[in-house]
Amino acid sequence: MYKIIVLAKQVPDTRNVGKDAMKADGTVNRAALPAIFNPEDLNALELALLIKDRYPGTTIVLLTMGPVRAAEILREGLYRGADAGFLLTDKAFAGSDTLATSYALSCAIRKIGLPDIILAGRQAIDGDTAQVGPQVAEKLGIPQITYAEDILSVDNRTVRVKRRLERGFELVESVLPVLVTAHSTAPECRPRNARRLMQFKRATTLSERHHSADDYLAAQTHSTEPVLTEWCAKDVNSDLLQLGLGGSPTKVRQVENIVFQAKESKVLSAADDDIEWLIQELISQHTIG
Amino acid sequence: MNNVCVYCEFEEGSIQDVSFELLTKGRSLANQLGCKLEALVLGSGLDGLEKEISRYGVDMLYIADDKRLYPYTTLPHTAVATGLFRETQPQIVLMGATSIGRDLGPRISSSLGSGLTADCTNLEIGEYEDKKAGKRYDNLLYQIRPAFGGNIVATIVNPDNRPQMATVREGVMKKEIVSETHQAELIRVDAGKYLREEDLVVRILERQIESSKINLKNSSIVIAGGYGVGSRENFNLLFELAHAIGAEVGASRAAVDAGYADKERQIGQTGITVRPKLYIACGISGQIQHIAGMQDAAMVISINNDPAAPINKLADYVIQGNLENIIPRMIRYYRKNVK
Ligand SMILES: Cc1cc2nc3c(=O)[nH]c(=O)nc-3n(C[C@H](O)[C@H](O)[C@H](O)COP(=O)(O)OP(=O)(O)OC[C@H]3O[C@@H](n4cnc5c(N)ncnc54)[C@H](O)[C@@H]3O)c2cc1C
Repeated sequence: MYKIIVLAKQVPDTRNVGKDAMKADGTVNRAALPAIFNPEDLNALELALLIKDRYPGTTIVLLTMGPVRAAEILREGLYRGADAGFLLTDKAFAGSDTLATSYALSCAIRKIGLPDIILAGRQAIDGDTAQVGPQVAEKLGIPQITYAEDILSVDNRTVRVKRRLERGFELVESVLPVLVTAHSTAPECRPRNARRLMQFKRATTLSERHHSADDYLAAQTHSTEPVLTEWCAKDVNSDLLQLGLGGSPTKVRQVENIVFQAKESKVLSAADDDIEWLIQELISQHTIG
Repeated sequence: MNNVCVYCEFEEGSIQDVSFELLTKGRSLANQLGCKLEALVLGSGLDGLEKEISRYGVDMLYIADDKRLYPYTTLPHTAVATGLFRETQPQIVLMGATSIGRDLGPRISSSLGSGLTADCTNLEIGEYEDKKAGKRYDNLLYQIRPAFGGNIVATIVNPDNRPQMATVREGVMKKEIVSETHQAELIRVDAGKYLREEDLVVRILERQIESSKINLKNSSIVIAGGYGVGSRENFNLLFELAHAIGAEVGASRAAVDAGYADKERQIGQTGITVRPKLYIACGISGQIQHIAGMQDAAMVISINNDPAAPINKLADYVIQGNLENIIPRMIRYYRKNVK
C-alpha cells in the first residue's frame, strides 16, 4: 500500500490551434480552444493507477492549481481511478512562474502529507518547460526521477524506474519518498470507468457549489464525504510573498507580435508543368541533384 | 564574482556540442557586460578537456572530477553546482536544454531561488524598468522565447534574483573558436566539500546511450512534414523524396504529437534547429515555434493546400495543392531530369 499524489494541470489544447482559433491580429483565441487534461499528466496518472492495481489499498490523490474550472480535470481523474482531488485556487496565485507554482504546490503537498511517491507529467504542453516537477521535489527536499517511461517495481523503501533519455534509456533506483515525472512514452491512461463516472459526476468543489443555482445538486454533494477539496493560499499555510507575480523571479518584460518579413515568393500550381519546372530549376541551381 | 557561467555537459567521454555553442554565446554576453566567462564541468575522467574548452574564450574553468559525478545524477550535480555558485555568485548561468540540463536547471533554480527560462531562442543584454516599483535595472539578461498564443515572442528578465538562468537547445546558437591557444585558468573543485550522503540515494542500474541515427542538424536538405501529412503512412512519401534527392526528414510538433513522426525529428523551439540550404515544408502551417527552428534556411519551398498558410510568407516557392499528389510527381520529375 502506497500513498501517491499526482500533480496535474489543465491546459489549452495547443495541438488543435487550427485556423479557426486564430484571431485577425495573429494571436490565439484561447476561449476557442478546449481545455484539456495535460497529456503527460495522464501518463503520470496511469503510472499511479498501475501501482494501485498491483498494491490494493494504495491511494491516489490528484492535486492541481488553477482556476475554479480546473476542477474538471480532478473529476476526470476520479472517473479513471483516482481516490480524491485537491484544487488550489486563489487570486494570489495569478501570474506565478514555475518557481512560485512549485512553491504553492509544495505547500499543498505538505498539508496533505508527504506521500511515498509524487507523480507528475514531464511537462505541460502550453509551455514545455518541464520545470515544475523538479522544483517541487527540491522544495520538498526529496529526490527526483524525470522522464519515466515505466515504473518497474516498488517496495517499502525503493522504486525502480526506466527513464527515457533523448538518446537511450536508463534504469534507476531511488529511495522513497521520490518525485517521478512521466514521459509521453509511458503507458497511455486507461479510459473512464462507467461506474466511477456515475459515482463521481456530482463531485464538486466549494466554488462550483456556490456558483451552482441547482440546490438539489448542492444538497446532494453536501451529504456525502467530499472527494474534492478546494484550498486557497491561506489554507496551505503559504507565504504570500512567494506567490503570484510578486513571488516569481522571472518577469515578462515585453511581449511582441512578430511579423515575418515576407519573401518574394513564386506561387506555383500543382499542375505537372509547374512541378517539373520547379524541379528543373532546382537542379539547374545545383540546389538538388 | 558576477561572471557568466556555462554548465558544460560531459557525456561518453566528451563535452556536448550545445555546451560549446553556449560558451560562444556566453563569451559575447561577458564581453558586453565586461565580466569573465566561466565554464563548469562535473564528471569523472575529465583529464585533457582543458584545451578543448579553453578555445571558446573561457577565462576560468572549474572542474570537479569525482567518480560520484559520473554518470550524471540529479542530486550530486545539484549539490556541487549550487555549492559552488553560492561562492562564485555568477550573474548568469546557461545550460543546454537537454535531458540533463532540463533535469538539473530547475533543481538548481529552486535551490538558489533564482528564475529560469526554458528553451530560449535568443539571449541579449538590456535594461528593464519596473514601473510599479519605480526601479530601473541595467544589464539584465533578456531571455527570449516564443510564447503560446500566436506569433508572439516574450522577453523574460530576472530583475532581482541571481543567477539569471536560461536553457537553450542544441543548434540554436553557433559555436565559434576564439583562439586555439587561448588558455583558461584551471580551478579544481573538490566535490567532497559539497556532497552529502543524502545526495547519493539514486543509483543508476543500467544505462544505454544510443548514438543518433538521424542527422538533421547537418543535412543540407531537409524535408519536413506537418499535421497536414495526415498519417504515418503518408510520411513515407517524404522519406521517398528524401531518399531520391539525398535529404533528411523532419517534422512539426503537431506531426510528432499525432504519432506521424518520431520526436527526434521535431524541428522548432522545443526540437532541433536546422540551417539547410533547402527546406521543403509539407503540410506545415508555420507557427512561430516551428519557424524558430528553420528560419535560417537558405531556401524554403512550401507545399500547402491553404494559400494563406503563414509559412508561405517565408517561402521562395509555394506549391498550392495536396501534398499526397505533389510529392510523388516531384520524385518522378526528379528521376526524369537528373543526369
Ligand atoms: C511550448 C510550445 C512549444 C512548441 N514547440 C514546437 C516545436 O518545436 N516545433 C513545432 O513544429 N511546433 C511547436 N509547437 C507547436 C506549434 O505552435 C504548432 O502547433 C505546430 O507547429 C503546428 O504544426 P503543423 O504546422 O504541422 O500543424 P497545423 O498548424 O495543423 O498545420 C497543418 C497545415 O497543413 C496544411 N494541410 C492540410 N492538409 C494538407 C494536404 N493534404 N496537403 C497540403 N497541405 C495540407 C494545412 O493547410 C495547414 O497549413 C510548440 C507549441 C508550444 C505551445
